[in-house]
Amino acid sequence: MDGKSDDSVTALGKLFRTTAFRLTLVYLLLFALFAASLLGYFAWNTRRLITDQIAATVSEEIGLLTGVFNRRGLRGLVGAIENRALRPGSNLYLVTTPAGLAVAGNVGSLQPGVLQTAGWAETAYRRLDEQDQAHHYALVRVTDLSNRFRLLIGRDLEERHRIIGVVASAAQWSLLVVVVLGLCGGIFVARRVLRRIDAMTGTTKRIMAGDLSGRLPVGRSGDELDRLAANLNAMLERIEALMNGLREVSDNIAHDLKTPLTRLRNRAEEALAKSGNENDYRAVLEQTIEESDSLIRTFNALLMIARAESGHACDNMADFDAAAVTQGIHELYEPLAEDNGLRLQVQTEFAPLHGNRELISQALANLVENAIKYGQPSRAAQPLDANEAAADSTILIEARHRGDRVILAVTDHGCGIPEADRKHAVERFVRLEASRTLAGSGLGLSLASAVATLHGGDLILEDASPGLRAVLSLPARSASGLAAPAVDVQQTDA
Amino acid sequence: MDNSRNQMRLLIIEDDRESADYLVKAFREVGHVAELAGDGEEGLSLADGGDYDVLVIDRMLPKRDGLSVIGCLRDKGIQTPVLILSALGQVDDRVKGLRAGGDDYLPKPYSFAELLARVEVLSRRHVGRAEETVYRVGDLELDRLSHRVVRGVEELTLQPREFRLLEYLMKHAGQVVTRTMLLENVWDYHFDPQTNVIDVHISRLRSKIDKGFEQPLLHTIRGAGYMIRNGVHSSRA
Repeated sequence: MDGKSDDSVTALGKLFRTTAFRLTLVYLLLFALFAASLLGYFAWNTRRLITDQIAATVSEEIGLLTGVFNRRGLRGLVGAIENRALRPGSNLYLVTTPAGLAVAGNVGSLQPGVLQTAGWAETAYRRLDEQDQAHHYALVRVTDLSNRFRLLIGRDLEERHRIIGVVASAAQWSLLVVVVLGLCGGIFVARRVLRRIDAMTGTTKRIMAGDLSGRLPVGRSGDELDRLAANLNAMLERIEALMNGLREVSDNIAHDLKTPLTRLRNRAEEALAKSGNENDYRAVLEQTIEESDSLIRTFNALLMIARAESGHACDNMADFDAAAVTQGIHELYEPLAEDNGLRLQVQTEFAPLHGNRELISQALANLVENAIKYGQPSRAAQPLDANEAAADSTILIEARHRGDRVILAVTDHGCGIPEADRKHAVERFVRLEASRTLAGSGLGLSLASAVATLHGGDLILEDASPGLRAVLSLPARSASGLAAPAVDVQQTDA
Repeated sequence: MDNSRNQMRLLIIEDDRESADYLVKAFREVGHVAELAGDGEEGLSLADGGDYDVLVIDRMLPKRDGLSVIGCLRDKGIQTPVLILSALGQVDDRVKGLRAGGDDYLPKPYSFAELLARVEVLSRRHVGRAEETVYRVGDLELDRLSHRVVRGVEELTLQPREFRLLEYLMKHAGQVVTRTMLLENVWDYHFDPQTNVIDVHISRLRSKIDKGFEQPLLHTIRGAGYMIRNGVHSSRA
């Protein structure tokens, strides 16, 4: 959120802090450990193999030379050793007297104490023919001959050392390569991810700053980031639609409430400016109260719509028969229709609903009021005979059960709504210009539509040629008596 | 007419000083005694001790919520009629208020005429008149059991709904009954029709019970509603 702390982080720091980079580091460490242990095992095994081989060679030679000594005595042994010691190679030979003096062999010096005990030893040595003090290491075996003469045979370990060295340096280099490549890979992946995330962050910042039209970039790879971006875009789409809806709502509220408020104020001002008698004032005050009442009604209607749209009225749901509601509305409005020169007819059948009876009654009442208000047969098309006239001035209220829907319809034969405007008229808070100038809050259709939406249904406006057929299509209560499935109000326009 | 018989003692529990003062003044002007409590606790202790005809309680109060005040009073066995005032005017809130023990519910903003009419009806109920089986106003007589309506010597034929309308008006004879009260009590609808639908029903009823008789009984009270009464005198100025 805080831009300052964002900026203070260097690009590298930001890179190191990415999840991709941290994951790479962890994998790198694990891989290096694995490689090291593999090479270590390999080196240890090689060393053991070489040592075993050397030991076998030494043991074989001991057996051979002991045989020479047994058959041909010391002289024979010395001869054989002198002979072997002259060969180039890495073998060590030494025969000592009981006093410890060398009789034959090619050993210049040994670590002290090696000759005192019989058996295997690893020792540093110098050959007789070497001048330098360079130490080599050898694996030697000391055996007792008879008469306390001793025979030492050994083999240089240089080869073993070299092989271990090769393995060790191979391990070093390969670890180095692994670490360097791993780091580069990590940085590459992290930068790639970071670039995309940065793009997203930039967009979201723009959106937070108020530009709701911004959308996240979506790549073509369809990977998880693309899917996330696509989902976020869908969410933004929805939010933008809601915000636009809200803006429209507040514009309409401003219009619906400000206009009468202005009228109210002007009238009061005018009365103050004009010096009149008490009766004049009284008349103005009465008008003022009337105007306030209509304001309150508009306000209540707006609140009701907001409530219905937010799904608040859901707690007051019950099972009821829509036919009874329809008949009640018919009964309530019949005299009014008659006074307006219209005939209100009702046709019902059993129509089970689960919902808010009060709201559905009101929605239906609004449709009937609209029909009475706008349902006068238009004078332009004078009916030819009395029958047609009767048909034209009839408003029909129906409650029907069609499959899994309950249909509540109000049909009039008045001026109707032009087809182009019909879809528009059902939209939230949208009113047709023509209706704004007529009496009433004009929110009747909006409320009916909101109530339908709340119950998981629709308000459909159809042509009754001539006239309008307003249909509340609601999900019927299923035969098992279970409530209609809960409807997510937010999803209905999907 | 004498005011003392119809005078009510009211307790208004409302935290908004200005509208509370307005209410107290308005009630006094029409001859009632109104007292004022500024919060839920004060209202509860006053209502607990005082002898009031009707309590007018705002739903949202400091210290103690209006519904809880009503609950407390009802728990103590105090059955003084309560009218709830609320800015939350929707159907659900009304149901909640009535369930909590309120007798009537009026969403804000309201007209004083509406409030006065409702309070007077509540107070009358407190005195207890609903038991009567025959209502009489002048020479008009309505028998609730046999569903017969007679004016003078003439028997009138009313539709079932007209009968219920007249029954409600006569039950509250001498009192103003508003259009909303009729819609609520006769039709059981709690919404606000945008048209004069009630007026049409009243004029039908009027043509049946008053047409051809010298003395009209069903009167229109401007800015408020309707009243059935005998004679030209109003119960209030």
